[in-house]
Amino acid sequence: MEPKCMEVCRWFTYIWHNVHLEQMGSSSFLWNFTKKFVTFGLITVTVSDRYVTVVRVRGGSMSPTLNPKTSSSGNFSDDYVLVEKFCIDKYKFSHGDVVVFSSPLNHKERHIKRIVALPGEWFGSRQNYDVLKVPEGHCWVEGDNAASSMDSKSFGPIPLGLIRGRVTHVVWPPHRIGAIQSPPREELSSL
Amino acid sequence: MKVVSYIAQWRGIVKEAMNRTAIAVKFLCCLHITDNYFCSPVHIYGPSMLPTLNMVGDIVLAEHLSQRLGKVRHGDLVVVRSPSDPKKSITKRIMGMEGDTVTYFDPMLGDATRVAVVPKGHVWIQGDNIFASLDSRHFGPVPYGLIQGKVFFRVWPLDCIGVPGQ
Repeated sequence: MEPKCMEVCRWFTYIWHNVHLEQMGSSSFLWNFTKKFVTFGLITVTVSDRYVTVVRVRGGSMSPTLNPKTSSSGNFSDDYVLVEKFCIDKYKFSHGDVVVFSSPLNHKERHIKRIVALPGEWFGSRQNYDVLKVPEGHCWVEGDNAASSMDSKSFGPIPLGLIRGRVTHVVWPPHRIGAIQSPPREELSSL
Repeated sequence: MKVVSYIAQWRGIVKEAMNRTAIAVKFLCCLHITDNYFCSPVHIYGPSMLPTLNMVGDIVLAEHLSQRLGKVRHGDLVVVRSPSDPKKSITKRIMGMEGDTVTYFDPMLGDATRVAVVPKGHVWIQGDNIFASLDSRHFGPVPYGLIQGKVFFRVWPLDCIGVPGQ
């Protein structure tokens, strides 16, 4: 038993020595490639979690701002938007910010909607004509396409802690590249 | 000739600086990934989790894999982003998952026990010290997406090292 263990150990040290110190030929190329790949992956994940990332928009609940449905263009190309994560530090949002948040009904899904009312504000919903106060730490989100949008009208105000980022620009398709606009609100909803 | 040697020296220094920066950046990225996806230390204080956690302050380790995989269960100690103030995190115990009917008792509102049903995608969190805890009995069930991590080990104070009790 003992000599076999020693032989196995010697084999291991030999292979380890080869891979690390005597980088010869193709093994060195593979090792370098793996190192660069892992480094690139780490940096991408960190930047995408903390600073800025690009997200694909699915569905038409934010048209015409995002994924506008026009009869001429087929619905084959979704918008890609730039999402910045600096706002998660201080959680200071303003009216009209388009945000990405985890759905309160299913934590695995992410939705993109616009903030219509901030914490502590009195908000009048146009549907049932009643006025409610947005609790502290929550906000009221609505999609721009009021007809088909699953938003605070169905699940109520969402805690700000669910927000994962703020959408600033559209980066694809090329003819729609530009910053997101705050729509002029003709119907004044906050009292 | 001197200019050429200066340039060569300068290139050496720049290369060295970039190598060191690359190492520092890689280290910070690894730190971020460990902190967000695996395990992070949390400092907890306050009376709401007595006697499980001390009032003056404990340092515990919270792991982030369980909540990402959806494996957080009834009875787990979790770190949750507060629904009333997103800049604060609170630590409570899960007393009900989605679909459960929770029976709770709030000493501040009299002796009656109340019943609540936890909606889909939410959890009911309660502090172990029901007399001094602001939790789901006051602000309602919280969405699962607010859960940040599950506490699995206490590292400070040193005489209480180990898994926090049930």
